[in-house]
Amino acid sequence: MSVTTDATVRSEENLRVTRSRRNVAWTGIGALVVVVVLALFPYLVYSGTTAIMVQGLIVLTLASMWNLLAGYAGLVSVGQQAFFGLGAYFVLIPATHGLSPFLALPIAAVGAGVAAFPLWWLVSRLRTGYFAIATWVLAAAIALFIEQIQSIGGGTGMPLPGFAGMDPTLLAAYTYWAALVVAVLAIAGVYFLLRSRLGLVLTAIRDDETAARTSGVRVGVARLLVFVVAAAGCGAAGGVLAIDQLQVVPGTSGGVFSVQWTAIMAFAVIIGGLGTIEGPIIGTAVYMILEQTLQSYNAWYLIILGLVAIAIALFARRGLWGLLDDRFNIRLFPVGYYLWSPGERRRRQGGQGRPAKGAGAAGVAS
Amino acid sequence: MSWVNAIVQGILTGGLYALFACGLSLMFGVMKVVNLAHGDLATVAAYIGIGVIAISHIPFLWSVPIVVLIMAVLGYALQRSLLQAAITRGELTTLIVTFGLSIVIENGLLQFFTANNRGIGTGSSLISSSFSIGAGLQIAWLNVVIFALAVVVLLGLQYFLSSSKYGRLIRAVADDREAAQLSGADYRHVFGICAAVAFGTVALAGISYGMTTVVSPTTGTDTILLFAFAAVVIGGLGSLWGTLVGGIVLGVAQQIGAQINISYELLAGYLVFLAVLVVRPQGLTARRSQS
Repeated sequence: MSVTTDATVRSEENLRVTRSRRNVAWTGIGALVVVVVLALFPYLVYSGTTAIMVQGLIVLTLASMWNLLAGYAGLVSVGQQAFFGLGAYFVLIPATHGLSPFLALPIAAVGAGVAAFPLWWLVSRLRTGYFAIATWVLAAAIALFIEQIQSIGGGTGMPLPGFAGMDPTLLAAYTYWAALVVAVLAIAGVYFLLRSRLGLVLTAIRDDETAARTSGVRVGVARLLVFVVAAAGCGAAGGVLAIDQLQVVPGTSGGVFSVQWTAIMAFAVIIGGLGTIEGPIIGTAVYMILEQTLQSYNAWYLIILGLVAIAIALFARRGLWGLLDDRFNIRLFPVGYYLWSPGERRRRQGGQGRPAKGAGAAGVAS
Repeated sequence: MSWVNAIVQGILTGGLYALFACGLSLMFGVMKVVNLAHGDLATVAAYIGIGVIAISHIPFLWSVPIVVLIMAVLGYALQRSLLQAAITRGELTTLIVTFGLSIVIENGLLQFFTANNRGIGTGSSLISSSFSIGAGLQIAWLNVVIFALAVVVLLGLQYFLSSSKYGRLIRAVADDREAAQLSGADYRHVFGICAAVAFGTVALAGISYGMTTVVSPTTGTDTILLFAFAAVVIGGLGSLWGTLVGGIVLGVAQQIGAQINISYELLAGYLVFLAVLVVRPQGLTARRSQS
């Protein structure tokens, strides 16, 4: 999986540039094995376990999308629940016309992505904090608008048709697979997006927006692309939620348009590690553990999650994954580049220290 | 006549929205902090008000300065600790911390006070009565009082910022933090004072809202923060009197929306907000050069 490109630089030496200091072929195979094992889960575990995992996969999808927004494009959106809710409705509406909700999932992703264009036009001129609240206001406005449409349940919502007479075990397994496919596509999508030219552009913007602009980077286009992709991902996750709950409930408190969805995705990312693909995975695991342990104590898991997120944002800015990375220097999803100093070779695992300070231009841009 | 009524009621509601918005605007103007917990803090103030009256049985009017004082102290403490720590770490951290605070407060209130609606009993007949001008134009004294309060608060803020010692310090720090620091002003302390003042207005906003209707744990974000932000954007970012203009426009839009169909009330307000965002993103009161 490691991409090796030889770059000839001004000095005569051939400097090697790779995606990672370590050979990542094993992590690629490992990721494949994990996905295959996860795909076999409906045959291995009780449906209660897969039902919990569906929630986890929804949160994982959302967290990966929020990470793309905030961690890579600097767009702190507090209105992602708009796309999440729209996704749920984009599954519900075709289902009421007879389409299988599973087949409607792509519609949810595309629909939410298309809806992101006009919304981006509205909020793109606002920066940071004002962008955050503006997305929140938009989400509230969209929720109110949807509640006016009586044919799709108005303010009370409606059950999702299309599963009448279906074996519940089979339905649970299909739901799980759908959630898994959406989550894997989300993470793989983010991974390959960041390895593409866009990833380079986003890194340039993050490091110095003015310098990026003067170098001809089309900052606005890059951000728009990220906003649309994140909307599509959240939409697909919302579609999975509709299938999982077999109903769509609107409303800004408790329903699909609740800001708590954005809170969960943001906190999972912050706790796991902002700006890394691994971060949302760790953060989702932390979220699920907290949620499952404290679920009998009402809102306490959100309170604790929020407090932990505040503490990590202040004192361990790179999150749990950052702490791991500092210690072990590992990257499961290398999206940056590693520049090898002349003569340096990839050594066997073990006994490998961190690169000496100033050794060549050695450094990891992630 | 009902249209005139809607407009008059909307204007009066605008005063309440200006109270919501001025603290948000002040903190952004000085500290460049967009406090996502703004609305929830106003809800906290309302709950403190309810608690103070319930525990000490003092008259409602006496509880107001107590709540304002508690919130001002809380504002100073929060600014010097959590918010200052977040500000030094950058805008992203500030947003995350205030958003975290918002969710923690909202769910904390839900946990301790349940989702039940609560109102602040004023115990005054003047507050609950209304007068009528002509036929069909009923005006509640309470709304008039709150509108007047908003104007007094804005006048007070303007006087404070332009004429008092701390006001000048706040403006100096807002203009150029380093230069103010070099002249001997501790910007952290000045930020703390500014937050205390902003939280004082937040307290008044929360109490006023609790008087006009009822508060619940989700009021802070569903209503107060979003309305405050809409009023700030409509009026113009960073403008003190703009919050009153924005609040009035928002209030009138909502009342007219409600006049058409009661379920359009909030939607109409947001539509005006979006229209301003598209047509005049610098707000209604701001000059071109400021945008």
